[in-house]
Amino acid sequence: MIEISNVSKTFTLHNQGSAVIQVMDGAQLSVAAGECVALTGSSGAGKSTLMRMIYGNYLAASGRILVGDVDVATAEPREIIQLRREVLGYVSQFLRVVPRVATLDVVAEPLLSLGVPAEDAEARARDLLAQLRIPERLWSLSPTTFSGGEQQRVNIARGFAHTYPAMLLDEPTASLDAQNRETVLSLIEEAKSRGAAIIGIFHDEAARDRVCDREINVSDFTPKAAA
Amino acid sequence: MSDYNFAYLDEQTKRMIRRAILKGLAIPGYQVPFASREMPMPYGWGTGGVQVSAATLTPDDQFKVIDQGADDTTNAVSIRKFFERTAGVATTEETTKATVIQTRHRIPEEDLTEDQILVYQVPIPEPLRFLEPSEIETRKMHSLEEYGLMHVKLYEDIARHGAIATAYAYPVKVEGRYVMDPSPIPKFDNPKMEMAAIQLFGAGREQRIYALPPYTKVVSLDFEDFPFEASKADACCDLCGAEDSYLDEVITDDQGGRMFVCSDTDYCRSRREAGHVGALGMAQEDAA
Amino acid sequence: MTPLFQVKGLSKNYGTHIGCRDVNFDLYPGEVMGIVGESGSGKSTLLNCMAGHLTPDAGQVMFDTRAEGMKDTLEMSEPERRMLSRTDWAFVHQHARDGLRMNVSAGGNVGERLMAVGARHYGEIRDTAIDWLDRVEIKESRIDDRPSAFSGGMQQRLQIARNLVTGPRLVFMDEPTGGLDVSVQARLLDLLRSLVREMGLSAIIVTHDLAVVRLLADRLMVMKDGHVVESGLTDQVLDDPQHGYTQLLVSSVLQV
Repeated sequence: MIEISNVSKTFTLHNQGSAVIQVMDGAQLSVAAGECVALTGSSGAGKSTLMRMIYGNYLAASGRILVGDVDVATAEPREIIQLRREVLGYVSQFLRVVPRVATLDVVAEPLLSLGVPAEDAEARARDLLAQLRIPERLWSLSPTTFSGGEQQRVNIARGFAHTYPAMLLDEPTASLDAQNRETVLSLIEEAKSRGAAIIGIFHDEAARDRVCDREINVSDFTPKAAA
Repeated sequence: MSDYNFAYLDEQTKRMIRRAILKGLAIPGYQVPFASREMPMPYGWGTGGVQVSAATLTPDDQFKVIDQGADDTTNAVSIRKFFERTAGVATTEETTKATVIQTRHRIPEEDLTEDQILVYQVPIPEPLRFLEPSEIETRKMHSLEEYGLMHVKLYEDIARHGAIATAYAYPVKVEGRYVMDPSPIPKFDNPKMEMAAIQLFGAGREQRIYALPPYTKVVSLDFEDFPFEASKADACCDLCGAEDSYLDEVITDDQGGRMFVCSDTDYCRSRREAGHVGALGMAQEDAA
Repeated sequence: MTPLFQVKGLSKNYGTHIGCRDVNFDLYPGEVMGIVGESGSGKSTLLNCMAGHLTPDAGQVMFDTRAEGMKDTLEMSEPERRMLSRTDWAFVHQHARDGLRMNVSAGGNVGERLMAVGARHYGEIRDTAIDWLDRVEIKESRIDDRPSAFSGGMQQRLQIARNLVTGPRLVFMDEPTGGLDVSVQARLLDLLRSLVREMGLSAIIVTHDLAVVRLLADRLMVMKDGHVVESGLTDQVLDDPQHGYTQLLVSSVLQV
């Protein structure tokens, strides 16, 4: 489902003497449907960078990043937007929403943009928010005022609203209590069992061991010159 | 005869105005610019109509002037005297005898014929002026037939008053093409504009002439659910009893006394001469 | 899928000064594109050339018309282009008073485009106006008030209703949230987002506010001195800018 070959990444800092920083070289990775792969490596090794490249948020300097049949490294913006809408989900560590929009609508939005009828989208959103223990009295409020943990759970609910065939999870269990952590892990297991290909970053080792089938150490892709 | 050139204006000016009139007749409802002259009367007193009349009159014409339907108001009397003196044409108060009629704010009740010309005095020729102050833009709207704005004005009327409250200068569409201001005639007169006579419109200050050839199609703008209505006071003339003429309300004392009379004085007079008597009127011979 | 709108080799000079130079892009149905750059970068010139308010010196502005398919709007007759700008196109001005008739009621402002394309039933026009005022969160009771009695945010929402009432397919927006309070901006952004989604609109938004494009635009074009220096997916351009100018622009935004 996700097939990465020979991907490299450089940052050129034009405003700092055009310094070119090579952060990744020769990245290889393949994730099949129903499989969950963990990215590991020390802080700064490039786990998030690789994940952002898969999502199209960072531009790969070279190589191929196939998600389904779309090569994210060379696709047109509209192809990536369609991919993100239909195929590739991303749960980041930060919630980024328009202020003032109700939590329920934030969670339902990915489904609405797919054309799912409003009632169905809302029902799914209610179900997820309930599972993640967001008190119902908060559903009509904007999540921008919520605590960090609540925002993280809203973000997860939003990320799991649509049953994406491929998912990227950046620290999905960070800052969650035991009960909610359990809910998130079962959501991941559920996604796996319906055939989603998942790439995750987990600092929580127990969680990693439980849901991940394999580990990829991103440090292996650190350019030799920079190491 | 006086030392004036026939009908005051010099021949070249009259030719210029006739060219504008002919162009206006060729493009019904289109506002033709013309080089309006200073006239020996102030703007607002009918300088546009006077110039059109001057260019239209011939020595054999019979000239009639009405103001709000009446032959005997200051404006009508002054203009009639002006042409008596400068053109030496015969004048009349009888609608049927006149060949050229200059009017302010009314169309005579009597149906006009193919041998007659009706000249209107126009203060503001641009029907879109109320909503669009730019002349460049209104001209473009006319040329591209963009008349949605005209209905916005009527919409505003209904929204504010519950009905189309525009009672005079009610906009019309001419031959399915140009939207035209009919000058400040009451909307009661709008249906009469589809007539046998030639209609010429002159705006002196705004320097525009426009025209309607005989039997031109003239449609008053409206909405499907708020159709155009040619309204008048719900009464009869108290002098001649006419039920079908446009009426003026006249206050007769300070006790609340009032009466309705035909605004068209010639129409009223001719009806009374024919023996019609209204509620407050006396038979013609008694009055004399 | 064919593009809805294509710009090819569009250039506009003001004497020897470059307004915009050789701009090319395709916009597909449902796409929202942001154009950012500082004052004088040519973004407004570009927008006005595309929307037909300025005549470019060179290039093509193609639109997928309902009747005849892809057509260069610069080659169209003026009536045709004006009809297009009243039906399939819309233009939201930065200052609502440039896009509204201030001496006409809110209902009349919304109804004007309907009447311009031939609506002649007062009741239906009014019902449509009420529906649109509701969609932009203006109370029905304000329908007969003039925009001069409205707050800045309400005026802007009224302008949007007035523009969208004929169901356009392409909306040009010039700094739609400029000059509004931050809280009012947020409300407007939310409204624009949901309208874009519900109506499947394509939009081109010119702004200097990077937060606005991040929330509204799928794609981004960065302009400097009349040239497009970078373009791509909005979050990619903002999070991983490739051009030095974009890097400067992004790093200059104050973090809240």
